[in-house]
Amino acid sequence: MPEMNVVEAIRDALAYEMERDERVLVLGLDVGKLGGVFRATQGLLDRFGPDRVVDTPLAEAGIIGSALGLAISGLVPVAEIQFLGFTHQAFHQIGPQLGRYRYRSRGRYHAQVTIRAPFGGGVKTPEFHPDAIEAQFVQAPGLKVVCPATPADARGMLLEAIRDPDPVLFLEPQRLYRKGRQEVPADGSTVPFGRARVAREGSDVTLVAWSASVELCERAADELAAEGCSAGVLDLRSLVPLDVETLVAEVTRTGRAVVVHEAPLSAGFGAEIVATLQEEAFYALDAPIARVAAWDTPYPPGSLEGWYLPTVRRVVEAARRTASA
Amino acid sequence: MTRHRVLAPDGTLVDGARPALDLERTVEGLRWMMLSRAFDARATALQRQGRFGTFSPVKGQEASVVGTALALDPTTDWVAPSYRELPALIRQGHQLERIVAGYLGKLTAARIPDDVLVLPNQVALATQLQHAVGLAWGLKLQRKPGLVMAYCGDGAASEGDFHEACNMAGVRRAPIVFVVMDNQWAISTSRAVQTAGEFHRRAEGYGFPGVAVDGNDLLAVYEAAAQAAARARAGEGPTLIDCLTYRLSFHNTTDNPRAYLPEGWLERAEREDPIERVQAYLAGQGLWDGATRAAMEGEIAEQLDAAVAAAAAMPSARPGDVFDNVYAELPDRVRRQREELSRLTGGG
Repeated sequence: MPEMNVVEAIRDALAYEMERDERVLVLGLDVGKLGGVFRATQGLLDRFGPDRVVDTPLAEAGIIGSALGLAISGLVPVAEIQFLGFTHQAFHQIGPQLGRYRYRSRGRYHAQVTIRAPFGGGVKTPEFHPDAIEAQFVQAPGLKVVCPATPADARGMLLEAIRDPDPVLFLEPQRLYRKGRQEVPADGSTVPFGRARVAREGSDVTLVAWSASVELCERAADELAAEGCSAGVLDLRSLVPLDVETLVAEVTRTGRAVVVHEAPLSAGFGAEIVATLQEEAFYALDAPIARVAAWDTPYPPGSLEGWYLPTVRRVVEAARRTASA
Repeated sequence: MTRHRVLAPDGTLVDGARPALDLERTVEGLRWMMLSRAFDARATALQRQGRFGTFSPVKGQEASVVGTALALDPTTDWVAPSYRELPALIRQGHQLERIVAGYLGKLTAARIPDDVLVLPNQVALATQLQHAVGLAWGLKLQRKPGLVMAYCGDGAASEGDFHEACNMAGVRRAPIVFVVMDNQWAISTSRAVQTAGEFHRRAEGYGFPGVAVDGNDLLAVYEAAAQAAARARAGEGPTLIDCLTYRLSFHNTTDNPRAYLPEGWLERAEREDPIERVQAYLAGQGLWDGATRAAMEGEIAEQLDAAVAAAAAMPSARPGDVFDNVYAELPDRVRRQREELSRLTGGG
């Protein structure tokens, strides 16, 4: 199997699916000659031509709204939104339009649209570029929200997203784009949604995360292991659909959990995880569930993001408190 | 400025006008307009009886809706409505009884038939224009015949989506016609408060033509729409048609226009009635009199009776219907919610 990093895996999945299915087209800002600001679409214009790799006007709601129309016409659009934070200007076309079109039309139409968007901090980007607003989209029924953390998942889940008859918000871990390579299947195999991944086995406490925070939790687990605490890491992979079964099974096994995310604490998706565990695993819990999240403030300038985002230190401290409770 | 006009308000042809719509199709157009007017009255009555949900009449705007719809070939061309375009939907082949079923709150029965090229009504104003542009662009990319007639009101034209959609359509030279139904009111907000400019002039900024028509003149609207459709079919891109018309009723059944309409506005507007104008024109051509009117009104009343009866007989919405068509396949979590509701309803 070839080795790829996350961005290479995404590019490979796009090319694979565009080759396989001529209905698939890519549209967004700078996706053509430049190949996207992260080069995720590099080479696609030369290979598939300007009708299938389309630089659009700078209008996020227009990218999503026209993608929905393209889907109704019989095509399969993959829209790139340059940064998830730019969907502040497109939310009305994502949640209430893309998400509800099947419902509003009583099944006459469906929106087979994938939205790719990088998100998350740690690389000192300007305002809006790192915004972790994934929970907003979980409140939009009809939409799927998925967030791979590894190259293999990025490729397999992107293929799954493009083939899904329903709209999928495919969130890419900006900080991990070029973090490292792993072996990735080069075929058409997909990673189904709604199945969490045990990124690391552990017996004392379960660290629950998604996207780039999975990598953070793995580093925290290394540190905890060095002091004799066996921490497991559960990568949720998709927020909608949510794999409640694996979540409950893993936390039931350790009796202790820490939920980690980059979004501000209040009403972040971590709150949903904690509530779910409270409902479904209450009697298996040996300690209150801890949350490690960003503060309830706007995202700061890059100079301060190290004090804003969850860190290994904060995760380790939360895990220690939980494990010793 | 002068707006394109073929028929004067008294139903006579303006000097030198040669109607593009022949007399037979003018009678067809009149029938759609009268059906729409009669449906408005029936729907409003049913809403007042508590049988219909909130309803927005077309009253006063029939010439703009029907004139544009008549330029379409329902086998290839699409309608992207807002929510005040009923006769266009019916003319495309949507069924009156299904539309009635929708107002009766019957979820599944209201579905647009699979072979009818109509998008769902849209309440999030101007969002439909973006979908319409994508659809038109997709038709072009796939070399499918057809175009999209996309409607919005004077209020919706203030939305950012209006700008984004027009801009994208211009860039992609998409086969689309934007119809701005300027009925001069967005609920109680007058056009003077809505914009300082003129809608048709915006098109120039997007790189395509904009035309201003008397939106109460069926023949003028049709002519502009037919030209715009021909442009779209020839690959020449979008057109914006700015239809100046009058809302002769309320915004919707919750509205009270007496609270804000200026003294005399409605009475003046009623003198421009688009249906009476076509009737007077056809009377001048010897095609309209008391007998033809009575026959057409009777036929329409029967059609409405049949649609209301058919809709009443369609299956009512069941609580569990709320879970239909949310996803192709319900996520586990949502499936469990459906089971919970099913338990509460005893299986309904």
